[in-house]
Amino acid sequence: MKSFKPILTEHIHQKDCHTLSFYKSVGGYSALEKVLKMNPENVIQEVKESNLRGRGGAGFSTGVKWGFIPKDSPKPTYLINNADESEPGTFKDRLLMNKAPHQMLEGMIISAYAIGCHKSFIYIRGEFYKEYKMLETAIAEAVGNNILGKNILGSNYDLDVVIHRGAGAYICGEETGLIESLEGKRGWPRTKPPFPAIEGYLQCPTIVNNVETLSCIPHIMNYGADWFKSIGPEKGPGPRLFCISGCVNNPGVYEEPMGVSLKELIFERAGGIRNGKQLKAVFPGGSSSAILTADEALDVKMDFEDLVAKKSMLGSAGVIVMDETVDMVQACLNIARFYAHESCGQCTPCREGTAWLEKMLTRLVNGGGKPQDIDMLFEITDNIGGLIDFSKGSFGKTICPFGEAVAWPVRSFVEKFKDEFLKYLPQETVVA
Amino acid sequence: MNSNGTPKEKFTFSDSEKVEKILSQYPDKKSATLPLLHLAQSEKAYISSSVINTVAHLVDCHPAVVMDCVSFYTMLYTKPHGRHIIQVCQTLSCSLNGADTLVDHMTGKYGIKPGETTTDERFTLMKVECLGSCGTAPVVQVNKVYHEDLSKEKFDDLLESLK
Repeated sequence: MKSFKPILTEHIHQKDCHTLSFYKSVGGYSALEKVLKMNPENVIQEVKESNLRGRGGAGFSTGVKWGFIPKDSPKPTYLINNADESEPGTFKDRLLMNKAPHQMLEGMIISAYAIGCHKSFIYIRGEFYKEYKMLETAIAEAVGNNILGKNILGSNYDLDVVIHRGAGAYICGEETGLIESLEGKRGWPRTKPPFPAIEGYLQCPTIVNNVETLSCIPHIMNYGADWFKSIGPEKGPGPRLFCISGCVNNPGVYEEPMGVSLKELIFERAGGIRNGKQLKAVFPGGSSSAILTADEALDVKMDFEDLVAKKSMLGSAGVIVMDETVDMVQACLNIARFYAHESCGQCTPCREGTAWLEKMLTRLVNGGGKPQDIDMLFEITDNIGGLIDFSKGSFGKTICPFGEAVAWPVRSFVEKFKDEFLKYLPQETVVA
Repeated sequence: MNSNGTPKEKFTFSDSEKVEKILSQYPDKKSATLPLLHLAQSEKAYISSSVINTVAHLVDCHPAVVMDCVSFYTMLYTKPHGRHIIQVCQTLSCSLNGADTLVDHMTGKYGIKPGETTTDERFTLMKVECLGSCGTAPVVQVNKVYHEDLSKEKFDDLLESLK
C-alpha cells in the first residue's frame, strides 16, 4: 500500500502537540495570518474550489454551504463547530480535539472570518469532559496571544469562541437539532427550508461545520484548492480520518486519502480480523450506513461516490468490522436499540417505528418470532425511511435524516443475512 | 414539594460570578439553560424542582420550559444516585468487545442491575449508548472520566478503587 503522509494527524504522536507553542513551531496559524489579509469572498471561493465536503456525515460541499449566507443581512452571523460526535463507530473528532485543538481553532477562525461571524460556538457532546477542558485551555492560550478576541493579530477582526456542552442526545449532532439544543430547548430538528445559513441560531444566518471539516481549512488556505483536489478523487477529495473498530487486531483512527480501499484499511492498517477469523460484514460509514457483506467490502473504495454505488454511504467514515462469529440478528438488534433510544420522538414514523423494530427483533431473538415478521421489518423500515431509491435519494417521511439512518442499516441486515433471521423463527412456524 | 407545587427549599448557585459569566456568553438568556443546568448538577448532583425554578428565573422563562429541556437529555438526572455513576457503553463496537461481561460482573459482584444503585449509595449502574470511543472498546464512563480498553479484571480493579 502506498504510504500517505498524514495531514490532519501528522503531529499527534509528538509531545505537547496540543499546545499553542507546539502548533506554532510547526507553522500553525500561518494560514490565519494570510487569510486575515484576504477578502472574505476569496476565502469562500478557495474553499469552494477545493471541493471539500463535510466530514460529519452528510458530505455537503463546505464552500457551497458558506456561500448560502446572505450578503445583505442586518442580523449577526454565527459559526457553530459541531463537536457532538455520537455516530456509533466514529471517534475521530475526539482525537483531533485532544491532540490538535489549535488546528481546529485555526480552521474555525478562518471560517468565521470568511462568513463574517464574530461569535462562534463549539457544541461538544457532554460526555467529552476531558476534551472540553482541553479546548478551554486552548482557547485561553489563543486569547492570551491575540489569536482570539479583539483585533486578532492586528487585523481589526474580532471573534469570540464559546464552548457549549451538550447533555447526552445523539440527535443534537443533526445541525438543526443542535441549534435548537443550543437555544436551550430539546434537540428537535427543524424542517428545512429555511436552511440554517438563512435562519439558524436565534433565526440568524448560521453555519454548522464538523470538527474534521474545520481542521482541513488551514491546510487548504496554506497549500491551495488545487493541492487539496489532488488528494484522492477530485469530486470529494482530501485526507480523511477513518475510524476502525469491532473485530480487528488494531482498532483506531487512520488518516488516508479519500478513496482508499476498504480492504487495505481493514487488512493492512487495522491489522486484519482478530483471532484469525473471517470477515463477515462491515458498516463502512457509521451505524447509519447500510452494511456491506464481506465480498462487497473487499471491493469498495472509501469515497462518497463508490459507496453510494454500492448502496451504502461514507457517512462519518466510522468502519465497524464484524467477523464470522458475530450473530447478525443480535448485531441488528443492537443497532435498532440504539436508534429506538436516540429517536427524539418528534415524528411519529420514527418514534413508533424504531420502538417496533427493537421490540420485534427482541421477540425474534427470544424465540417468539412469527413468519410474517421478516416482511413486517421491511414494511416498518419503509414507513420510517421511505422507499429506498439511491439514484433519486429517498428523503421525506421524517423531518430529519434520522429516519433513513435507522431504515438503511436495519433493512440491509435483513436483506443480506435473511437466512440468519429465518433461523431464529420457532421451527413449527416455518412452512417448508 | 408543598401542596401548591412550589418546592420547599430554594436552590441558589454557590458562585454567582460563574452564573453571570455563563449568561454573558450568549446573545440571549435562554441559550444559557444547558450550561446552568450542568453547573447546578455539579453542585447538587441532580436537577431538583428547586433547581428548575432557579434556572427558569435566570433565563426568564416558565419552569415547565426548563423541565421540558431537562427531560430530553440523558446526562441530566432528576433524582439522586450513587457516588459513582458507572456507565457501560453497550453499542455495537463495545458489545463486540465484551461490554456485556462488564455489566454481568458488576451485577454479580454488587447485586445491582442497570438502573439500580447499591444500598450504600456507592454505585449506580447504567447501560448507555455509544460514548464515541469505539477504537478502545469496551469503554466505561465513571462520572466524568472515560476508562478504555477494559477487561473484566481491569474493570474490577477500577471498581475496587472507587470508595
